[in-house]
Amino acid sequence: MSELPATAAGIAAGVRAGQVSARAVVDAHLATIDATEGEVHAFNLVLADEARAAADVIDQRVAAGEDPGPLAGVPVALKDNLCTRGLPTTCSSRILEGWRPPYDATVVARLAATGAVAIGKTNLDEFAMGSSTENSAFGPTRNPRDTDRVPGGSSGGSAAAVAAGFAPVSLGSDTGGSIRQPAALCGVVGVKPTYGLVSRYGLVAFASSLDQIGPFSTTVADAALLLDAIGGHDPRDSTSIDRPYQPVGPVLDQGVAGLRVGLVTELMGDGIAPDVAARVREAAEALAAAGAEIVEVSVPAVTYGLSAYYLIAPAEASSNLARYDGVRYGLRVDAPTTAEMNAATRTAGFGDEVKRRIMLGTYALSAGYYDAYYGKALKVRTLIVRDFDAAYEQADLLLSPTSPTTAFRFGDKTDDPLAMYLNDVCTIPSNLAGHPAMSVPYGPGADGMPVGVQLLAPALGEPTMFRAAAVLEAAAPSLEELAR
Amino acid sequence: MSPIENLTHEPIEGEHFTIDSEATGATWEIVVGLEVHCELATATKLFCGCPNHFGSEPNTNVCPVCLGLPGSLPVLNRQVVELAMRLGRALHCEVEPSVFARKNYFYPDMPKDYQVSQYDRPINVDGWLDLPDGTRVGIERAHIEEDTGKNTHAGGSGRIHGADYSLVDYNRAGVPLVEIVGRPHIRHPEQAKAYIDELRAILLATGASDAKMEEGSLRVDANVSVRHVGDAELGTRCEIKNLNSLRSLGRAIEYEARRQVDLLETGERIRQETRHWDEGAGRTRPGRSKEEAEDYRYFQEPDLVPLDPGREWVDAIDAALPVLPAERRARLAAAAGVAPAEAAIAVARDLDALALSAIDAGGEPARVLTHVEHNLAVEGAEGLDPSHLAALIALELDGKLTATQAKAVLAEMVTSGEPPDAIAAAKGFEAMDTSALEAVLDEIIAANAEAWSDYCEGDDKKRGKLTGFFVGNVMKATKGQADGKIVTALLEQRRVGA
Repeated sequence: MSELPATAAGIAAGVRAGQVSARAVVDAHLATIDATEGEVHAFNLVLADEARAAADVIDQRVAAGEDPGPLAGVPVALKDNLCTRGLPTTCSSRILEGWRPPYDATVVARLAATGAVAIGKTNLDEFAMGSSTENSAFGPTRNPRDTDRVPGGSSGGSAAAVAAGFAPVSLGSDTGGSIRQPAALCGVVGVKPTYGLVSRYGLVAFASSLDQIGPFSTTVADAALLLDAIGGHDPRDSTSIDRPYQPVGPVLDQGVAGLRVGLVTELMGDGIAPDVAARVREAAEALAAAGAEIVEVSVPAVTYGLSAYYLIAPAEASSNLARYDGVRYGLRVDAPTTAEMNAATRTAGFGDEVKRRIMLGTYALSAGYYDAYYGKALKVRTLIVRDFDAAYEQADLLLSPTSPTTAFRFGDKTDDPLAMYLNDVCTIPSNLAGHPAMSVPYGPGADGMPVGVQLLAPALGEPTMFRAAAVLEAAAPSLEELAR
Repeated sequence: MSPIENLTHEPIEGEHFTIDSEATGATWEIVVGLEVHCELATATKLFCGCPNHFGSEPNTNVCPVCLGLPGSLPVLNRQVVELAMRLGRALHCEVEPSVFARKNYFYPDMPKDYQVSQYDRPINVDGWLDLPDGTRVGIERAHIEEDTGKNTHAGGSGRIHGADYSLVDYNRAGVPLVEIVGRPHIRHPEQAKAYIDELRAILLATGASDAKMEEGSLRVDANVSVRHVGDAELGTRCEIKNLNSLRSLGRAIEYEARRQVDLLETGERIRQETRHWDEGAGRTRPGRSKEEAEDYRYFQEPDLVPLDPGREWVDAIDAALPVLPAERRARLAAAAGVAPAEAAIAVARDLDALALSAIDAGGEPARVLTHVEHNLAVEGAEGLDPSHLAALIALELDGKLTATQAKAVLAEMVTSGEPPDAIAAAKGFEAMDTSALEAVLDEIIAANAEAWSDYCEGDDKKRGKLTGFFVGNVMKATKGQADGKIVTALLEQRRVGA
C-alpha cells in the first residue's frame, strides 16, 4: 500500500478530498491482515465484508459531495470488549461465546458517525485481565516486532493491530495500564484519557471505577484525531463528565516552552530496567531542549498503587462478572439446580486469571474482611489522589517509564502472577486517580524492543499532555535504525 | 431536636396485644417492626427508559440496561428521586445526600446478579408516621432500590426445586422501589394493619405509588419478636416475608408470636431466621436461616454518582406536599369536636374537606360525620355543595325530613346538584307540621279505640308492639311523610296526658 497514506490523518484527508478511495484503503489493510495475521493473531474477528461495505458507503458519500467526517475511510480495530451491534463480542472468554449485543458501544457509534470503518475485533486478555494477552481463551497475540515476545496486555490485540499495519488506529480499554503498557511494548502511541472523558457505555465492564477507553495509533496526531472523535459527554453513562469537550487536535503544535515537567522519583529506581530508565531521562532532556523545565517530583503513595489496585479492581470485577451465570446468554452447562448450573457454567467458562481475580475480589468484599482489605484500599486511593494533587502543584506534567521492561517472552511470567502484576506498577496510579496518561514510543531498549515513556497529567489535562507528546515524538530516536 | 429523639421503643398509646401463659402465668407482649417494599408510580424504570407498567406480556418492557446486558450502564430516573423524596418528607424524614450500593447475590430473576440499592447512606432517614389510634411509629429509613424480575416455576410444588422448568419475566426488573423500614414500635396485629393502611393512604396522597398489595406494588415483611411485659430488651426476631394482604399480616403476626411464646416457655431459643406465611395452613414455616444467610458484599455502585438533591429541591417538595391523613383527621376531629379516630373514615373516603366545609356552613357536626362516613357514596361526592349538606341537616333537625328521607334527598343532591328543599318538594316529602299530624292521629285513635286503650293501659312490651302499629298506620295515612320519632312522641304525650 505504498501509494496510500499511512496515517489516519492522511487517509481521512485523502478520502475527504476524493484523492483516495476508502475502499482501496480498506482493501490494502485487509491484504496486510491476510499476509501476517496468521502469525500475529491480533484479531478475534476480521470484519472484511462489513468493512468493504462501509467503505463503499463512504466513497458514495464523497462522490455525492458530502463530507463523511473527520475519520472518513479510516480503518479502526476495536478491542473485543466493545459492544458491536449484531456482531460477536467475546471479551476473549468462552463464557460469552455466541453472544451478539443488540447495540453499539457509544465509542463505536461515534466512530461510525465520523466516517471510520470498523475492520475487526481485537484479541485481549480475558475480560481485560492481564498484561500479556496470554490469558485469551482464543490463544495469545504475538508482538509484531518479535513474535517470540508478548505484545503486552490486556489490549494486546489492539496494540499489535496498529504495530503490524492492520489498521492505522485502534481502540483499547485501560483499567490499570491496559492501553499504555501494550502501546509501549509494541512501539505505538497509547492514551488513557481522564476518567469520564470518554463514555463507557457499551464497554464490557472489568472494574467500572477504573476502566477507560482510549486510542492506539502510530502518531500523536492520529491519537488526537481519534480521541477528539470519541470524547465528550454521553447521557447514557452517569460517570461521563458533563461539560463541553476541549479538543486536543488544535493545540498539538504549541510546544512545551514554559511547562514544568516532573520526573517521578518513585518510578525511576528499583524494578525499572536501566535501559528503560535511560530512555526516560533522554526524553526528559528532549523536553528540556524544547523549553520545558525538568524537576524531580516525589509521589510517595504511588508505591502502594499496585496493592490498592489488586484489591479494588478484583472487587469490582467479582461483581461485574456475576452476570455471567448461564441464565440469560452465552455459555450454559446444565446441572440439576440453579446454583450448580451457575457454578458449572462459570467453572467451564472462565479462565484461571479471571477466576483468581473473582475469588480475590469476593474475599476482599466479604463482611469479615471488607475493612481490612477493600476499605483500606479505598483509603490508599484517596492518598494517591492527594499525593498527585501535591505533585501537580510543582509540575504541569509528570514523566515516567510506561512499563518497567521491554516486551518479555511468552511464558516468562505466566507462572508467577505477582511478577506479571508488577508490569503495571507505573500505569496503575493514573487509573486510581482517574487522571489521563499516555505512552509515547521513545526508541528501542537494549534488546532492540521498543521503550515507551509515560506522560501523566491532572484531570482533563489532555491538551497539555498531547503538546508534550508531540515534542517527544519529534525527538524520539527511530526504532528501526537503532534496533540493529 | 428531631422529634424522633423523644421516641423510645414503647408506643405512646394504643392497646398492647398480650399473651397470658397458662403454664407459667407470665404475660408476653409482641413487638413488631414492618419493612414495606413499595413500587413507585413512575412512567419509566429506575435506570432506563422502559415503561414501568404492570400486566404487560412477559419480557416486553425490557432493554439492555434493565436486562443488565454486558456494557450497559444505569442512568438514574429523576422522577424516582422526586417521588422518593415526596414520600420521605410525608413520613417526616430528613433527606440526606445518598449513595447507591451493590448488593451481590445470585438469583435467576436478577439480571446483573446484584441489586442496586442504598445501603449505608439512604436518601430518607429518621421519620415517623401517626396511626389513627394515636400511636407514633418511627421510620428508620426509606431508601431507593431496584426491583427484580419474577420467576414462575412450572410443575412440582411451584418452588424452584423439583420444577419441570422455570420461566423468568424481567418486565419488573429495574422497576423503582422504596423500601420503608419501620422501627419496632408496633405492639398489636391490628396496629400493624393500621400502619399499612396509613402508609397506603400516604402513598396515595403523595402520588408516590398506587400501593396495590394484590398487584405486588406494596409488599410487607414483618419482623416479629416477643418479650415479657415490662422488659426493655428486644427478643430475637423472625422475619416473615411477603405478606400480601392485611388479613395475612394480622394472622401471621399473631401465629408467629404464639409460636415464639410456646418455644420460649418450653425453654427453647428463638433462631433468627426468615419465615414464610402459609395462608392455607395458617402457619409460618422456616425459610433461610441466619447461619446460611448470604454475605451480600455491599460496596458503592461505581456506575452511578452520589445523589445530593440539595436544599432547594427539598424545599420545593415540601411546598407542594399535600396535607396528610393524620393532619386531616386532626383538623376534622377538632372541627367536629370528636376524637381523631372518629374522623378516620371521612379522611379514608377522602370526604373530610366536604365535611369541614359543611360544618363551617353550619351543619351539625355529628350528622355531617354520619352522612359523609356512611350515607354518601364517594362517587360524585366531590361536586356536592357543602352548604346544601348543611341545609339538609337543618331540615332533618327541624323535623321536616325523616332520616330515611334525608338519605334519599342526599343521594339526589349528588346527582342533580339541586338544593335539598327543592329535591324534598319534588319528591313530595312535604314537611308535615305537628298540627296536621295531630289530626291524622285523632282519626286513627278513633278508628282503633280498643288498641288505644290497650296502648294506654298495657305493659311496656305490649305498648312497644302497639307503638309500631300506630306509627305504621300514621305512615300509611301520610304516605311515609311523617317522622316516626315525632309520632312516637305524640303518642306518648297523649297517653301521659290522658
